[in-house]
Order: sequence, then structure tokens, then C-alpha cells
Amino acid sequence: MNYTDPAPVSAENYDDDTVRGFVFFTMFWGAVGMLAGLWAALELAFWQCNLESPYLTFGRLRPLHTNAVIFAFSGNAIFASVYYSVQRLCRTRTASDLLSKVHLWGWQLIIVLDAVCLLSGFTDGKEYAEPVFIVDQLITLIWVVFGVNFFWTLARRREKHLYVAIWFYIATIITIAVLHLVNNLSIPVTLFKSYIVWSGVQDALIQWWYGHNAVGFLLTTPFLGMMYYYLPKAAEKPVYSYRLSIIHFWSLIFIYIWAGPHHLLYTALPDWAQTLGMCFSLMLLAPSWGGMLNGLLTLKGAYERVRTDPILKFFVVALTFYGMSTFEGPMLSIRSVSALGHYTDWIVGHVHGGALGWVGFTVFAVFYWLVPRLYGTRLYSTKLATIHFWTGTIGIVLYMVSMWVTGVTQGLMWRAFSQDGSLTYSFIETTKILFPYYLVRALGGALYLAGLLMMVYNLVQTARSGRATNPPVPAESVRPSRLEQV
Amino acid sequence: MKKDHRWLESQGVLMSVLVTVLVLVGGLVEIVPLYYVRSSVPPIEGVKPYTPLELEGRDIYVREGCYNCHSQMVRPFRDETERYGPYSKAGEFVYDHPFQFGSKRTGPDLHRVGAKYPDSWHYYHMLDPRQIVPGSVMPKYSWLHQNKLDTSLTKKKMQVLRKLGVPYTPEEIEGAQAAMQAQAGGIYDRLREQKVENVQSDREIIALIAYLQRLGGDIHWREAQQP
Ligand code: HEM
Ligand code: HEM
Repeated sequence: MNYTDPAPVSAENYDDDTVRGFVFFTMFWGAVGMLAGLWAALELAFWQCNLESPYLTFGRLRPLHTNAVIFAFSGNAIFASVYYSVQRLCRTRTASDLLSKVHLWGWQLIIVLDAVCLLSGFTDGKEYAEPVFIVDQLITLIWVVFGVNFFWTLARRREKHLYVAIWFYIATIITIAVLHLVNNLSIPVTLFKSYIVWSGVQDALIQWWYGHNAVGFLLTTPFLGMMYYYLPKAAEKPVYSYRLSIIHFWSLIFIYIWAGPHHLLYTALPDWAQTLGMCFSLMLLAPSWGGMLNGLLTLKGAYERVRTDPILKFFVVALTFYGMSTFEGPMLSIRSVSALGHYTDWIVGHVHGGALGWVGFTVFAVFYWLVPRLYGTRLYSTKLATIHFWTGTIGIVLYMVSMWVTGVTQGLMWRAFSQDGSLTYSFIETTKILFPYYLVRALGGALYLAGLLMMVYNLVQTARSGRATNPPVPAESVRPSRLEQV
Repeated sequence: MKKDHRWLESQGVLMSVLVTVLVLVGGLVEIVPLYYVRSSVPPIEGVKPYTPLELEGRDIYVREGCYNCHSQMVRPFRDETERYGPYSKAGEFVYDHPFQFGSKRTGPDLHRVGAKYPDSWHYYHMLDPRQIVPGSVMPKYSWLHQNKLDTSLTKKKMQVLRKLGVPYTPEEIEGAQAAMQAQAGGIYDRLREQKVENVQSDREIIALIAYLQRLGGDIHWREAQQP
């Protein structure tokens, strides 16, 4: 895939139909996945919400929620952003229309199949790796399709240099493939039931090597790539520091992989592995904040626009939450902090700071910028987007604060001893006390979901006011001066 | 540095190879020793594979997603050993495909729940948790008491696990059905003794009880604690 001389100006057009497809499904599955999250949140306050149906018990709904928001919402958003930006950055149409179509529809098929399986009780029983044997194989297949299409497009590029966004995409595609294959290595009993080849503590280590790096390479690196492409576009300023982007890219991908054992502190995992995980998690703070700072500082001098432009507002808050969860994460990796926080709602709060704040808000920022361009028009309502911004932000704050309170409450009550040396609280006492906070969390989730629905309405109206176009690939490079400081 | 990196950015293949090598290092260094250093998982005498009925019960545990609310990993803290029992050791999980440590305690840890309560406790608790623990948010699982346990795949499951290193003997695999009936019969008898009405020995709940009562007991700590 080395650089070759540009072909004579072709009559090629960008393929934005695929991008529009992924955008549509992102919003659809986002609504479904977050509704499942809200529902699950309500079940923890009122168990009756499961309607006493086997299909809707918390144990099946929660994996549906996590799979839907991670693979369907975040996944489709990543694909939309990648297909749009890679074509521009390589100044070529995506290599194969056929592969693009197979990717788009294959991924939706996987999601539907997985959802049906999960609700019916077919699961591999490992967090975020719940899809059963046959679905795992389909995921592998479609991921390979994505990879081939992506690298083939790079090979056809008319720009000599790969822009930083693409480095992050490359890391995503390669690493997710490795993680998925190793963590799902199993022997089938039927197509829907298999046993993982790893067992016990080894399975646990591999699972959290996967789990943490699903966070790292599905919820972080592609979103950093998106940040590097769309933020400078939206701010109309070059990335703050090229040098910083180099340093934090290489150190981030190297360090991330080691951090998995922070999910297993004080468990039966050997101590040396726990210590490695803790140390690398602490180090991970630096490259994470490198990315955050590079994003925030790109807005230097554009602060006036941040006040009026909801897209930049979403970016600023997304990066702030990214900074916050990547500070909280290393703290939670310290053994004594983990001793208090592990197994509690604190972790759930940490997850959603990253998920709602960083992942969700980055998607919203990108989509408010992207969809008007996909339809050659302007955003239907900037005001509604601003309302979305505030509704979502309040939602996240309610979610996180309530989870900090419940998390620390649980942690402290579990370990409380009375004067006579017996445990102060029975387990159920520590559960009942959480009720009011679970209502606050559900309210936060409802606000966040309401914000998403506002965006869906806004973007549908936007699309209706314009026309789907596939613009021609420009003959001359338009990149360097605008996107990069060389 | 900037200039060299600028050059690297035009070398897509090289860049991808570098990325691959970098992300493989950490995983290999952490995962491989866990297989080759025997002391990582010191074997514990007395840890045995699940019986066929317990295996089916475990698969129900996985199917219902119990791991979403319950951990199976007691940490070495005074409050946890006081509340649950001896802390969990690596050697106790060698036959767990997949592991079920969990990551969130919406309900209590279950690793040492085996033999903590009588069978009838679990029977009623799964039927209506609030009957036993007022204020619980756990769902009712009444279908477990109605569904017949599907044993058509049990043998095949054991064969697969055998391939993965679980030491089931061919005789054990052949005799799976009989072994299941015998163990289920025992649970049935105990439930009847404990005055549970309308029990049937071929229901899913029986397998689940078998699994739960087995948990964390291979180290015989309850017996050791009796005066
Ligand atoms: C409307 C918004 C949302 C609500 C109300 C919500 C609610 C919930 C609830 C109730 C749980 C279970 C917590 C527990 O077991 O105690 C959960 C777990 C989870 N959610 Fe969400 N969620 C929302 C959005 C999202 C989004 C957008 C993402 C990711 C992009 C996400 C990722 C996750 C993950 C990864 C977990 C598992 C956490 C863990 O294993 O500790 N959620 N969510
Ligand atoms: C420097 C970066 C980070 C570090 C070192 C880190 C560290 C941690 C730690 C220590 C836990 C707790 C595990 C436990 O006690 O059970 C955790 C859980 C989690 N974190 Fe992070 N975190 C980081 C960033 C993020 C970000 C940005 C996100 C989301 C986009 C995220 C998503 C999650 C999820 C989904 C879990 C829950 C896993 C589970 O228990 O199911 N993390 N993280």
C-alpha cells in the first residue's frame, strides 16, 4: 500500500451512500440500546419492570444494552465516520462498493441475530463477548471485509501521507481482530452453544485483556481518530500539535494492552500480573491526557465560537469527560482504591462517564457536522442541537453523581464492622438504601435518551431539506494547509 | 523525529506492521506465562469437574446471565471472608469454561454459597426472591420450576469439555444420564423432606440447585469449620 503516483484526475465520486446507511443505523440502534439501558436501570429500582418474562430479566437485558450500545451504536458510528473521512483523507472512493455493502448489511444482520440470541438466553457468558459461536464467526467475517476494504482504499490513495486519524483507525482494525479471535476461541456444541478453550483464571485474564482493550480500541482509538478528523474541520483550525499526536499515538496503543488486569485486582490472578496491570494503568494517564489536550488546545483562539456552536460544545464536553474517565480509571487501578470501588456502582459510573460523555458526545458532535454535508444543506435547527447539548449534559451529571454516591455507599457499608466485631449490615440492607439514587440515575438516562431523540428529529429534518449527494473526488490536494501543521 | 515520522506516514504497510507488533507485546508478556509457569495456578487437591447435572445447572446460570449481578470471587479482605467464606483461590476454577467471576455485585457473591442454605431455600428463592429476602430486587425465575431440563446435549457437552482438558472419563460420559437421574433424585428427596410440594425431579431448577450447592465446596471449608 505504498504511495504511487496519482492517477490522472478521475471522474470518480465519493461513496457517501454507505456513510448515510451507517449514520441511519447508528441513530436507530442508539435509541434501541439506550432504551434497553433505561429499562435495565428501572428494573434495578422496580424489579416488576421485567414483566416477569424470561426474555426481559435484568440478566438478559443488560447484555443486550451493552452489546447494542457498543457494537451497534458505537460500531456503526465508527464505520460511518471512517468511511467518510478515509475517502477524503486518501482522496479516493472506497475501494469496493460490494465490500461496503456487505459490511453495512452484514453488520446489521449480526446485530439483529445477536439481539434475538441474547434475549432468548443464548450467550457465551463473558462481558461484551456474549455473542454466541455462530455470531462470533460472522463478526470475524465482516471485520475482515471491513479491513480489506479499508486497507485496499489506503493502497489506492492519492495522498502520500497517512493523516493521524488513519493511524488510529489502523490500530483499531488490527487490535480488535486479535482480541476478538483470542477471547472467543471455543469449541462448539451447537452453533449457539460452545465452550471457551480457556478456563478459570486464564479465561479471566484473557477476558479482561479483551474487555479493557475493547474500551481502548473500540471506544477510544477510533473516537480519537474521529476527533482528529472532525474537530479541526468543525473548528476550522489545524491540530494543535503534530509532535504530540505522534507521541501520544504510539505510547497509547503500546500501554493500553497491558492494563487489563486492573479489572482483577485482589482476585485469584497471580500478583505479578496484577502489579503489571496497575503500573501500566497509571502510565496510561499520560498518553490519554495527551490526546485530550491536543483536542482542547486545537480550539485555542476559537473559544468565542464554542459559545455559539453546539458542535464545538459537544466536542469540548466529550474531551473533558475523556480526560475525567482517563483520570478516574488509573485511580481505580490503584489496589487500595479498587478494593473499595470494585463490584460497586462506582465502576458503572466510571463506565458511563466514558460512554455517555466521551463516546456519545463525540458521535453527536460528528453527526451534527456530518449529516448536513451528506445532504448538501444546513443543520435544520442549531437551537434544538443546543438544547440537546444541555439535556444530555445534565443527564450525564445526574447519572454519574448518583453512581458515585451509590458506589461509595455500597463499598463502605460492605466493609463496615460493629464494635463487637461482626458485620454491621446484611447484604440486603446495602441494596435497599440505593433505591432513591437509582431513580436519579434513571432520570439522568431518560434525559440523555431524550436528547438523542432530539438529534434524530433534527437530523431527519436536515436530511429532508437537502438531497443525498456523492460529490466528485477533487483533482488537487486540499489537505495540508487546513488540517495539519507540517 | 518529525521528519522520520513524516516518512513513516507514507509507508502504510510498515506502519501497520509496527502497530501489530506493539499491541501484541503486552498481551503475550502477560498471558503466556500464566500457561507455562505452573505456580501461577497452584493445583488444589479435591477440585473436581462438575457432575453432568451440575454442568447443566451451570449452563442455566450462564443462560440467565446471573453473572450480571453476582460475582464468584471472594477477595482476601476480612469483611469478605466474614460475609462469604474463605477467599477464592486460582486452583478452584480450573474447570470453569467460561469463568464467572463477574464484575458487579448487585446481589451478594456466590462463590461460597454452596451448602450455605438447604435446597428448599433455593427452590423458594428462585420462585419468588422476596418471599425469602424481603426487599430484594432479583427477578422471579418461576419458569425454571416449569421447564423440563433438556439433557439431549449433555453427553456432547462433556465430550467437548474433555477435549479442552476436563478429565471426564469415557465411562462418566456414557453414564451421564443415569448419574443425572441419581443426583436429581437425591435433591428431589431432600426437597420433599423439607416439605416442598409439587416438585418434579426433571425440572431445570433441580440442575440449578445442584450447581449452586456445589459452589466453593471443593476445599471442604464448611466441614472444617464445624466444631
Ligand atoms: C440512556 C442511557 C443509558 C442508560 C440509562 C444506561 C444504563 C445502564 C445500566 C442500568 C447498566 C447496568 C448497571 C449495573 O449492572 O448495575 C448499564 C451498564 C453498561 N452500560 Fe449503560 N446506559 C446508558 C447508555 C450507555 C452508553 C451510550 C454506553 C456505551 C457507549 C453504555 C455502556 C454500558 C456498559 C459498558 C455497561 C456495563 C458496565 C459494567 O460492566 O460495569 N451505556 N448501563
Ligand atoms: C486511562 C484510561 C482508563 C483506565 C486506566 C481505566 C481503568 C478502569 C478500571 C480500574 C476499571 C474498574 C474495573 C473493576 O474494578 O471492575 C474500569 C472499568 C471500566 N472502564 Fe475504564 N479506564 C479508563 C478509561 C475508560 C474509558 C475512556 C472508558 C469508556 C469509554 C472506560 C470504560 C470502562 C468500562 C466499560 C469498564 C467496566 C468493565 C466492567 O466491569 O464490566 N474506561 N476502567
